[in-house]
Amino acid sequence: MFLYGYGPLLLAGAKQTVELAVLSLAVSVLLGLAGASAKLSRNRVTRGIATAYTTLIRAVPDLVLMLLLFYSIQIAVNNLTDAFGLDQFDIDPFTAGVLTLGFIYGAYFTETFRGAFLAVPRGQLEAGSAYGMSGVRVFVRILFPQMMRFALPGIGNNWQVMIKATALVSIIGLADIVKAAQDAGKSTYNMFFFIMIAALGYLVITTASNIVLLYLERRYSTGVRHADL
Amino acid sequence: MIQILADYWRPFLYSDGMRASGLVVTLWLLASSLALGFLAAVPLACARVSKNRWLSTPVRIYTYVFRGTPLYVQLLLLYTGMYSLEFVRSQSLLEAFFRSGFNCAIAAFALNTCAYTTEIFAGAIRSTPYGEVEAARAYGMSTFTVYWRVILPSALRRSLPLYSNEVILMLHATTVAFTATVPDILKVARDANSATYQSFESFGIAALIYLVVSFVLIGAFRRAEKRWLGYLGTARR
Repeated sequence: MFLYGYGPLLLAGAKQTVELAVLSLAVSVLLGLAGASAKLSRNRVTRGIATAYTTLIRAVPDLVLMLLLFYSIQIAVNNLTDAFGLDQFDIDPFTAGVLTLGFIYGAYFTETFRGAFLAVPRGQLEAGSAYGMSGVRVFVRILFPQMMRFALPGIGNNWQVMIKATALVSIIGLADIVKAAQDAGKSTYNMFFFIMIAALGYLVITTASNIVLLYLERRYSTGVRHADL
Repeated sequence: MIQILADYWRPFLYSDGMRASGLVVTLWLLASSLALGFLAAVPLACARVSKNRWLSTPVRIYTYVFRGTPLYVQLLLLYTGMYSLEFVRSQSLLEAFFRSGFNCAIAAFALNTCAYTTEIFAGAIRSTPYGEVEAARAYGMSTFTVYWRVILPSALRRSLPLYSNEVILMLHATTVAFTATVPDILKVARDANSATYQSFESFGIAALIYLVVSFVLIGAFRRAEKRWLGYLGTARR
């Protein structure tokens, strides 16, 4: 029988992994954009907060942060519900995973976007406001499209790291592909085979995202001349 | 916080009474896997940039597979997976090796960091200025001498910034070792957490220790870059 009948379980796990990665990507990109704007702002307080965020988060291992946030958020929520006399509210590992991964990789994205923002020539933005565009419009029409060109390699890197970091979420109990493989391996006494399948799943995901990134890079570098080497 | 520190500072730093634990174990995991990975990565990087496909393709497949899968899965494969195989358990030497979580952790970490380091070094070798290589050839150096005297000394220096990144990432990656029953810093934090239910404090102390180690490593690499990359004239801040 195909995968000893564990095919559907593994597929569901793979789906869970991809969903987790994509949602955390969305959270961390938003945090990264906010963080990069904060780091480049003139306000000293926001700049200080953003610098502390990126320095601290990037110096502490993601797994430690994950456990720290996962347990502490639950305890904080319990205290809150106790204080208001509500029923206990359990955070499921998926939401916790999305929030913690998003929070952690937001710090990495902040650095990526900061570099990319700085790479767009100032004159372009000034020209935009000289045409009477509002700040938002300058961002949407001038800064963002050009910034993406510089940010894409970094985004790609962070994404690849994040996909692999989702494997750690199975440690806090998420039913992702690693957990599915372990369960299947335990009950069929075929651990090696099923973990190999999980590894293969990750290889497929990273290969697919490599292809997408290559396409995006080509798309965002239209109009850029490259030297023939 | 104070209570946990008073009860657990010893396991967090060096020993849980019976065996080494905490910071010492984490640093030992880091140092041994980095050393093994480095030693293997230098020849592998030379093979990776070789024009001979029979040399470069296997290395390429190796780095692709190990960089494309999570370290946690690699560790599971070596620790849980290998031990579940019949032929591993029936051979006493393999059985003795794979039974120890510590061995498996070092093997998995070394294989993983070696893949990343190989790519870093290969990139640096490729970006060696062609003039240097041509000058060395013009002096009649053999390929081995060119690599040994010209390419490697400069390529290894130029890969320092990226390599320091890899070292920090490796420090962070050693945290999965506790899943293979290795008593590293995070394992001690988990023990403290399950004994006291003070999650924030237990994991917070672990986070602080990792923070300090990260900063020390970053500082050391900055000094190293100033010393060995000074000739490039682009001293990084």
